Amino acid sequence: MTTPAPPPATGRLRFEAISKRFDTHLAVDGVDLDLAPGAVFCLLGPSGCGKSTLLRLTAGFEEPSAGRILLDGQDLAGVPPHRRPVNMMFQSYALFPHRDVARNVAYGLEREALSRSEIAARVAEMLRLVQLEALSTRRPDQLSGGQRQRVALARALAKRPRVLLLDEPLGALDRALREETQAELRALQRRLGTTFVVVTHDPAEAMVLADRIGVMAAGRLVQVGPAAELYERPATRYVAGLLGDVNLIEGRLGEGGAGTLRSLDTPLGPLRAFDHHGAGAAGAPGLLALRPERLTLGSEGLPGTLLDATYLGEKILYRVGMADGRVLRASGAPGAGFSAGAPVHLAFAPEAASLLPAEPA
Amino acid sequence: MSRAHPLAWAALGLGMVFLYGPILLLVVYSFNASRLVTVWAGFSTRWYAGLLDNGPLVESALVTLKVALASAGLATMLGTLAALALDGRRRFPGRPLLTGLVYAPMVMPEVITGLSLLLLFVGLGIPRGFWTIVIAHATFTLCFVAVVVQARLRHLDRSLLEAAADLGAAPVTVFRTVTLPLIAPAVIAGFLLAFTLSMDDLVIASFVSGPGATTLPMRLYSQVRLGVTPEINAISTLLIGAVSLAVLGASVLTARRGR
Repeated sequence: MTTPAPPPATGRLRFEAISKRFDTHLAVDGVDLDLAPGAVFCLLGPSGCGKSTLLRLTAGFEEPSAGRILLDGQDLAGVPPHRRPVNMMFQSYALFPHRDVARNVAYGLEREALSRSEIAARVAEMLRLVQLEALSTRRPDQLSGGQRQRVALARALAKRPRVLLLDEPLGALDRALREETQAELRALQRRLGTTFVVVTHDPAEAMVLADRIGVMAAGRLVQVGPAAELYERPATRYVAGLLGDVNLIEGRLGEGGAGTLRSLDTPLGPLRAFDHHGAGAAGAPGLLALRPERLTLGSEGLPGTLLDATYLGEKILYRVGMADGRVLRASGAPGAGFSAGAPVHLAFAPEAASLLPAEPA
Repeated sequence: MSRAHPLAWAALGLGMVFLYGPILLLVVYSFNASRLVTVWAGFSTRWYAGLLDNGPLVESALVTLKVALASAGLATMLGTLAALALDGRRRFPGRPLLTGLVYAPMVMPEVITGLSLLLLFVGLGIPRGFWTIVIAHATFTLCFVAVVVQARLRHLDRSLLEAAADLGAAPVTVFRTVTLPLIAPAVIAGFLLAFTLSMDDLVIASFVSGPGATTLPMRLYSQVRLGVTPEINAISTLLIGAVSLAVLGASVLTARRGR
């Protein structure tokens, strides 16, 4: 692409108290969300958490049971899918089997009042964008998975949507191709400046692609923030476990509140950690979440016994048996010579640990 | 894969003889030089040549062809619409019942269908003839079209239709540019099936036809009562050929699933 995309003035998507009920099942439960234009937002969660439903509500395939969806201030209620200035890339790609690559990409353009030459020019531009110029006359069943993914992307971008919705865009690709494609997708988005809303169940993918991540569980938006914030300051046990390995130690919360260092009375003794989001009232059950790399093995701290050490290349993973029988995982740089069975001590900085409410799970 | 047992082959062979033996006999005797149906007197195509001179037979053949084309066309349109309306993804009260009602004529005794249509036409004062046969045939072949098209629709990826809508196609455009091209093989197969069924039908046509509209099966049936002639064998062989071609076409089109 030679023409740099102008900074986007459009593509601001807002969800206001959106709920969607299917019969008795509440698929989306009161989601409030404001998406910055021109950024990549990832909806992350397990299958059935409502993330795809949120996408389908935005595309117009479903109507919300309650709440509003606003695109650049315009309420999308009652606007049918074919009149919404958003486009979707489907998980299955949904390429038209009876049309070749170029005519798949042209499909959306043919629905507009564009001349033949304008359509041809835009199709060529799109195919260049995804590096598929050479395959324009192939049929979808003659393409590899990665090529199909790019056709689907080109087709969805051809109409220059204000918001591009991507449903598990890389889910059908194998691991190696997925990582390469993540980088390409990210670069493409930066160049175009289109707002991307990506649905994924893969935390690693969300972390690579997203400017901000919204974690969903059981129809609710659990936590929204940049990957680093979700990783370092998870709001719930679910978010903590989703984004990486975590040690959880249960106990009773001491005095304090959101934004303070509090103590937690645990079977390992009183421990201090930071309460970022308000874990609960004093005396309530709480959890201490601690990433393995934040735990250091040394000569001071909580006493335990080193069960084993696993060499993982860039780091070593230690499993340490504690006084009450639980096992904590710690990781460190290779080189430190601890041998299995040796008594060790575990230490951590209170700011590196988060306090979470015991409920909801 | 396990090999078929010799006995299985024998059973298959026996079944085939049972199914196609009589038909084969008819085809063979249509090339018989003798006028006597049961005596072989050498190969000849004289009965085929003679067919063209048999005015009533040619006329009946034309009636049958026209009825088959018109009724198959009507049945294909209505059957396809029924299949679309009853497509399993749509949910509305009474859908299973309606689906059953569309399929019921498949197992309805033809005598009943014929009789009830006759009563209807008489009751409405519609003069019986060419168009009443067309309507009657469309009525009983419609369900076959609906079944074939519905099977294809069931395999149609729903996200294709959503993708089309997402890319700016209004519902009618989605149908024209995506649904129809993808179900076209089934629609054509349904047409051929309806065409065949209409061409074969004797019972229903007998009920609802009127003067001047005698179909080929009706003509053959009435002539056979006066004795089987090699001419009848010849026209029957042509009929078998036409039907086989149509059925073959239909199965080829239905087998090409998902392409």
